[in-house]
Amino acid sequence: MAVITYRRALNETLSGELARDPNVVLMGEEIGVFQGSYRVTEGLLEKFGPKRVVDTPIAEEGFVGLATGAAMLGLRPVVEIMTINFILVAVDQIVNHASKIHYMFGGQVRVPLVIRTPSGGVGQLAATHSQSFENWFAYVPGLKVVCPSTPYDARGLLRAAIRDDDPVIFIESLALYDTKGETPEDDYTVQIGTADVKREGTDITVVAYSRMTAIALEVARRLEQEGISVEVVDVRSLRPLDRKTIVNSVKKTNHAVVIGEDWYSYGVGAELAATIQEEAFDYLDAPVLRVGGVEVPLPYANHLSQVSKPSAHSLLYAIRKSLQGKRRVM
Amino acid sequence: MTNTTDTTHAALAFMDIEQHDLSNEDINDLQHYYYQMLLIRRFEERTSEMYVKAKIGGYCHLNLGEEATIVGLMAALQPEDYIYTNYREHGYIIARGISPGKVMAELFGKETGVARGRGGSMHLFDNDAHFMGGYAIVGGQIPLAVGAAYALKYQEKPSVVVCQMGDATTNIGAWHESLNLAGLYKLPVLFFIVNNGYGMGTPVSSASAEPELYKKGCAYRIHGEKVNGVDVLAVRDAVRRLRQRAQDAGEPAILDVASFRFRGHSVIDSDRYRSPDLIKKGREHDPVRMFAAQLLDADLVSEIWIREVAQRVEREVQEAIDFANSSPDPKYEELFDNMYATPVPNTPGSAEAVEAVRINRGEA
Repeated sequence: MAVITYRRALNETLSGELARDPNVVLMGEEIGVFQGSYRVTEGLLEKFGPKRVVDTPIAEEGFVGLATGAAMLGLRPVVEIMTINFILVAVDQIVNHASKIHYMFGGQVRVPLVIRTPSGGVGQLAATHSQSFENWFAYVPGLKVVCPSTPYDARGLLRAAIRDDDPVIFIESLALYDTKGETPEDDYTVQIGTADVKREGTDITVVAYSRMTAIALEVARRLEQEGISVEVVDVRSLRPLDRKTIVNSVKKTNHAVVIGEDWYSYGVGAELAATIQEEAFDYLDAPVLRVGGVEVPLPYANHLSQVSKPSAHSLLYAIRKSLQGKRRVM
Repeated sequence: MTNTTDTTHAALAFMDIEQHDLSNEDINDLQHYYYQMLLIRRFEERTSEMYVKAKIGGYCHLNLGEEATIVGLMAALQPEDYIYTNYREHGYIIARGISPGKVMAELFGKETGVARGRGGSMHLFDNDAHFMGGYAIVGGQIPLAVGAAYALKYQEKPSVVVCQMGDATTNIGAWHESLNLAGLYKLPVLFFIVNNGYGMGTPVSSASAEPELYKKGCAYRIHGEKVNGVDVLAVRDAVRRLRQRAQDAGEPAILDVASFRFRGHSVIDSDRYRSPDLIKKGREHDPVRMFAAQLLDADLVSEIWIREVAQRVEREVQEAIDFANSSPDPKYEELFDNMYATPVPNTPGSAEAVEAVRINRGEA
């Protein structure tokens, strides 16, 4: 077991997969000579050469489509989109093409494609560089969408994604790149389509993913001091969604708060909340509450930016509100 | 602003057939080209009829008038080559060697169709024939085709990719990004523009700032040519030459193929934006009839042979319709088949399919 950063887990996994399979090719803007905007591909060009680590022009629609076509002929491209904000110009290739090709052509051809991209915002990146669009892709049958919250899951899910024969949208987070965690040295994978109970508890379930899982765990530790036992379910895979694990947890705790970094309305949280009320309505002692981003184009000014993002404060507020009926905590 | 009537008439003048010296041609090849062209012609005429009879749903775009373009292209390709097309592709997959029955069955939405009835008219596919799909989002196939060429180069395979598209497709962003990538990475891909003068109802000159489409690769240093799409031998020879160039030098190229659409954009288009005079003159450039005349003039075939081919084609298309009619529908319980190539937990299967069907059919 080594304690490494999320970034290093990704970097080592890419390196390992490049070494393992000659059909694995990395493509993206500034991933080679520049070594990656967020240094996830650091050192890989030097190690594997320009045939395996390909710097592309700024043309997301073009190179995502190129990667999809190359995947149809047997390559296993791993594409980096510098941030999820730039993926919008490639949506046609992902939604109308990559996600459809296997099913629509009667299962004759496979699309082993991974698209890695960080979602969410840090610092003062403002309106166009701080968005969360994972729900756009989770909406689409034919795609697999994963969003690891720890170095362990990042490594296991990236391995699984690269070895998978379907298009996988691999959601990273700028705020997680420097977080640390234990990862085994062996060649493990994490099963796509499964959630993970990151912390067991008895009073309330917090359903989270990606960076929000880290916030949920922090809040859970804090509330333990107050005698409140929080169970944290890390969704980990937005599509397919492991509804059973989420619902089973809520049946045990009878309270649920769902949290995403995306905007409040129509976000991932809406799907999670709907799932819980459909499948565990009789077990709920309070309505399912959602925590999400304030619905504005994220302003640049630091204080405005900070208060517009979901935080430990907003999660604490929602948990207390949910528990009010059961015990007085505020 | 260019006068659109003038430019479309000019395009028609370009489609007059030159006299080829047929003495060096293999007569079996020529006869096969004629057979394939007529097969596409009859297949599409009967397809239109089946659409009106509601045997075929959705959108349906015909290759009527495009037969020489299709057969010329396919005659120049090798079995190892790959083909990506747009949604007007029935004739292409047939000329690539797929049985008309499997194609008609797909149009009928049957399990025996080339995409198991999941794709329909606009999404034909055959992996073994390297026919990599009809694509119904304008321009969507272009980055994919460039990617296939990328894979061929990566794998050091000596074949090429043909990316077929319509004239109006050269105005979308994916075209420009793809040309840049193909030029930058020196990929063996031929951009094959079926230029019938209209993107739905909009003439080329009203949609493209550079109406000479073969010139649109200049910014990417991609060679372009134009060819008469009514002339099967001219198309074949142009594709052969550009194909060889792509294979030998990894040079992408553009072929702008002048063509005339005999009918509207799709079966349900009443074609009111083209003048009756233009349509009449256009239909005079009938590739099937003109090629028959060429072969007869050169004494390479007889009137009897022409009649026999017509009878054979008539029979084969009828057999295709019969096959489609008698084929089974896809099964309800297989609704979720091929959702994913790699199995994954928490996805619906046959039980969920049956349940969804029961509810949506009002049987629950």
